[in-house]
Amino acid sequence: MNLLEQVAAWFADPAHWAGPEGVPARLGEHLYYSALTLGLAAAVAVPLGLYVGHTGRGRVAAIAAAGALRALPTLGLLTLFVILLGIGLMPPVYALVILTIPPLLAGTYAGIAAVDRQLVDAARGLGMTEWQILTKVELPNALPVLLGGIRAAVLQVIATVAVVAYINLGGLGRFLIDGLAVRDPVRLVAGAILIAVLALAVDGLLALVQRFALPPGLKTSRSGRDREAIEAGPLAPAG
Amino acid sequence: MKNAVLHRSRLQAAGRRTLALPAALAAATSLALALAGCGANSNPLEDTSSQPAAGGTAQAPLVVGSSGSTESQTIAEIYAGALRSAGFEVETKPGIGSREVYVKAVEEGSVDIIPDYSGNLLLHLDGNATAASAPDVLAALPAALPEGLKVLEAAPAESKDAMVVTKATAEKYQLSSIEDMAKVCGELTIGANPEFREREYGLPGLEAKYNCVPKDFEPINDYGGPATLKALLTDQIQVADIYTTTPSIEDNDLVVLEDPKNLFIAQQVLPLVKADAVSQDAAAVLDKVSAELRTEDLVDLNRQVSGDEKRSPADAAADWLEAEGFGA
Repeated sequence: MNLLEQVAAWFADPAHWAGPEGVPARLGEHLYYSALTLGLAAAVAVPLGLYVGHTGRGRVAAIAAAGALRALPTLGLLTLFVILLGIGLMPPVYALVILTIPPLLAGTYAGIAAVDRQLVDAARGLGMTEWQILTKVELPNALPVLLGGIRAAVLQVIATVAVVAYINLGGLGRFLIDGLAVRDPVRLVAGAILIAVLALAVDGLLALVQRFALPPGLKTSRSGRDREAIEAGPLAPAG
Repeated sequence: MKNAVLHRSRLQAAGRRTLALPAALAAATSLALALAGCGANSNPLEDTSSQPAAGGTAQAPLVVGSSGSTESQTIAEIYAGALRSAGFEVETKPGIGSREVYVKAVEEGSVDIIPDYSGNLLLHLDGNATAASAPDVLAALPAALPEGLKVLEAAPAESKDAMVVTKATAEKYQLSSIEDMAKVCGELTIGANPEFREREYGLPGLEAKYNCVPKDFEPINDYGGPATLKALLTDQIQVADIYTTTPSIEDNDLVVLEDPKNLFIAQQVLPLVKADAVSQDAAAVLDKVSAELRTEDLVDLNRQVSGDEKRSPADAAADWLEAEGFGA
């Protein structure tokens, strides 16, 4: 049997789909860690990105900090947190949060900064408050870039969360790390496939969300029918 | 030594000028004679000079290799230093890689001497080996070695996995061996590398040999390093798998549990050598080194090399050699 057939057999084995070490349980853990990481990172990065993007204050510092954070080695940071705080759920998650902040911050900031300044000035001229400008003008206009940034961050998190299995946590990374530890290439490849499939599936889902979450006015669709639909939209209530 | 160098340059010159076999052989033999004769520690009877095993292939300097670990590198520097002060010409080749790679390198002759551990070497050569105690492993090794390879005398120093607990845990449960630990196993969480869960020396062996099924198992992938230590000291785990030569055991007053049923196969440090490249004199030097090399020495050397000092393996090895009387 070659490796691929063995991997197929691994997936076909019902024993690998049951119990606390089965694929569904590991998948659940993986998604849980990912969501926790993203939630915490977004709580820091999005408000900060909005603030910096809207006011332009601390732009240089934010970009420099995000760049510096990006350069941190994942495994080193993970180990550092575990050495400082001990094993458990949160130390590895903190490490991942730090690594997830840069793409989220950059995406948010870039989205806001890319909004046409004339639009913002016009809004200000109309007498909108700064909060209204942010929420009603900048944020909707920034959505395409912002959602793109979030998508990139999610993809990165789902792929990177595998490293928490390096130190005492579960997730799909367990298959990778354990497979490596006991020199079981079949398990290793199966784990890699699972993570890749999960990342692609979630990315596909987000692509759909991105499509439907955009305000109609921002959609740049190529097909004529779509454009008609968008143009017909506002007219429909009148008709 | 001067003599050997002289012969060496003549050999190289001969090799460069002509490929004629008789000339090369003659040069090789004269070099071998010189090598055998120039060592201060060599046998005064010079009986190796008449041995064909010492000739022929001994024209190159002895190559002492080491695996990726700093411990292996330090031991290799000790071997090399001892051989140098005995008058041998030695080259070191650090960081060759895993056992798969370096055993092949010794077989092929690109490395003549490399430090290894008795148990892991045996298991590498014979996956079905059942020997576990130190004498059994040494007895089983020669038969398992491929043609042309041999191991020299093993040192009392052992670098192997061990079940380690804090002093507080040892006192609380009255632990001095894994047998004691087995009685309270259900209350203890063990932390070790992930393979410990599945390998024969890990959880399966603990259950089979000691009837010990721990409360929980935490995979911590740092080979008993700082993360494992932190978890142990903060009582997140009560038992850790830490190598016997790790300085943190001594530094934190940890207790290494006895292993009367040999859950962990013996891992004595010994030189794996290419039989026809290492003369009896060279082997005698290495045997003398092994006789002096104890586990405490390795702990101390590891602390110098891997601890805050970050000394080079060669420097640490040189100090040890000096202290043990192997100085030039």
